[in-house]
Amino acid sequence: MAIVEINDLKKIYEGGFQALKGVTLEIGEGEILALLGPNGAGKTTLISVLCGLVSPTGGHARIGGYDIVANYREARQLVGLVPQEIALEPFTKVIDAVRFSRGLFGLKRDDAHIERILKQLSLWDKRNNRTMQLSGGMKRRVLIAKALAHEPRVLFLDEPTAGVDVELRRDMWETVAQLKADGVTIILTTHYIEEAEAIADRIGVINKGALLLVEDKTALMERMSSKELRISLRAPVQSVPEALAGYGLDLADDGETLVYTYDTKGEGTGITALLADLASAGLKLADLKTNQSSLEDIFVGLTTDKAEDAA
Amino acid sequence: MNWSAVWTIYTAEMTRFFRTFVQSFISPVISTSLYFVVFGTAIGSRIQEVEGVSYAAFIVPGLIMLSVMTQAISNASFGIYFPKFTGTIYELLSAPINFFEIVLGYVGAAATKALFIGLVILATASFFIDLQIAHPFAMVAFLLLTCLSFALFGFIIGIWAGNFEQLQLIPLLVLTPLIFLGGAFYSITMLPDIWQKLSLFNPVVYLISGFRWSFYGAADVPIGLSLLAIAGFTGACLLIIGWIFKSGYRLKP
Ligand SMILES: Nc1ncnc2c1ncn2[C@@H]1O[C@H](COP(=O)(O)OP(=O)(O)OP(=O)(O)O)[C@@H](O)[C@H]1O
Ligand SMILES: [Mg+2]
Repeated sequence: MAIVEINDLKKIYEGGFQALKGVTLEIGEGEILALLGPNGAGKTTLISVLCGLVSPTGGHARIGGYDIVANYREARQLVGLVPQEIALEPFTKVIDAVRFSRGLFGLKRDDAHIERILKQLSLWDKRNNRTMQLSGGMKRRVLIAKALAHEPRVLFLDEPTAGVDVELRRDMWETVAQLKADGVTIILTTHYIEEAEAIADRIGVINKGALLLVEDKTALMERMSSKELRISLRAPVQSVPEALAGYGLDLADDGETLVYTYDTKGEGTGITALLADLASAGLKLADLKTNQSSLEDIFVGLTTDKAEDAA
Repeated sequence: MNWSAVWTIYTAEMTRFFRTFVQSFISPVISTSLYFVVFGTAIGSRIQEVEGVSYAAFIVPGLIMLSVMTQAISNASFGIYFPKFTGTIYELLSAPINFFEIVLGYVGAAATKALFIGLVILATASFFIDLQIAHPFAMVAFLLLTCLSFALFGFIIGIWAGNFEQLQLIPLLVLTPLIFLGGAFYSITMLPDIWQKLSLFNPVVYLISGFRWSFYGAADVPIGLSLLAIAGFTGACLLIIGWIFKSGYRLKP
């Protein structure tokens, strides 16, 4: 069941810049969606509209079935937001900052819950520190603690690991996994493809205000894990020889090249058998080359090609 | 209504106030005492009674008004400007609260602080002079309304201000002159005719005059006009706040 439904959402900022060009997307309950996109793609704008920081110019969105504008109270009650920029009142103590967030959402004080969150985020020892006395990574975790203070069912993490060291990044991923186990739906933005690979269930790619692709990570990884073997022949052939029909070969370069696609994660690649059969079919090889299409390639391809098509 | 959120904002703001309690408490006591030493004793001894009371007693209502107005404005404007400045406003905007609840929390806290300081000054003054309050209910009503309306006004300034200079601009350039020329330290009947007439365009004159009337029963302008002025000012601030609420002015892109 979709807990977040976004329908043709548009945002034109004052001054006429269109940051969202009709985004449509559904996010299932309990899933982790990673939004990938270059600087200025519209990731923060999308999250900001959903959380109520920016008014939409067109379209609709619902969270837990509640319209984000008409039923903003019910919708926002379900949502926690960790903003991209660190924003904390410098003189406030960590624990007070987290209690404040809970109070804003109309919930009774619950010290046990706050303690659980702070411990989970390794902030318990720092609970009586003023936020200005914390390191950057700790501040980011305070923001997460504040976002979790009212037990949200949907959590938006806007670049949670930007400027965070490798160890803390792993911690953060674990936190996200833990939250998912608790049934929280998570939408995060990132510039790191490895991060999306490591924690997301689905990956969305956004550029210039348009959602270019949303796909299951596994499906995307499968596309990625396919590899091409390009076999250059000494003499061109007219067609793929009968004896090699079982390999699904393609002809390229006017018959000078045979292209074999295989799965690196499969049981066997079939390359040994193919080479043996090539020899017994009497074909002489000039060269061999392999190509891998990575998520990076897909990403770069998408964000450059489509943008040029649109232009 | 999300009362819990209103209370949360209110108490967070009050906590900030009490964190600097000594400063918040001591500074009005000291400045009031200084005013009494300078105006009440040094200069006041050379001034005849004004409107039937000693000069030292005469300036008490004006002194309270001066502090209450500036405190209400600076507390409310800073209260809402600070989250804009630090970026923590994101939390207010993404919480299940409406603008009215935000106003209630911030303006309520700023008005409380101003009221507190007004009472501290009143108590300090009672050490120097024999205070008499002719119309205590009217006195309290004027005090409360002034705290509230100037806190609303301060809130508007805080929303409008884009930087710290703008935050100070209106209190410094507009309000301080209006208050000092508003008869805090003199009766406008002591002015030459032309200045008396000009003073009637200063809204603060009506507030100070009305407040002083509640102490000593004498006023520069009719008390009905004073009431109208404070009600009108409160109403105007509420209208502007309502418009900000509708338009999202300076809060949401
Ligand atoms: N308040 C605003 N007024 C006008 N334009 C804005 C505003 N906020 C963002 N934009 C523009 O909208 C576009 C999208 O910005 P957004 O912050 O959503 O990008 P992003 O995908 O989050 O980028 P990044 O990865 O750098 O965080 C940018 O071109 C930006 O300049
Ligand atoms: Mg961003």
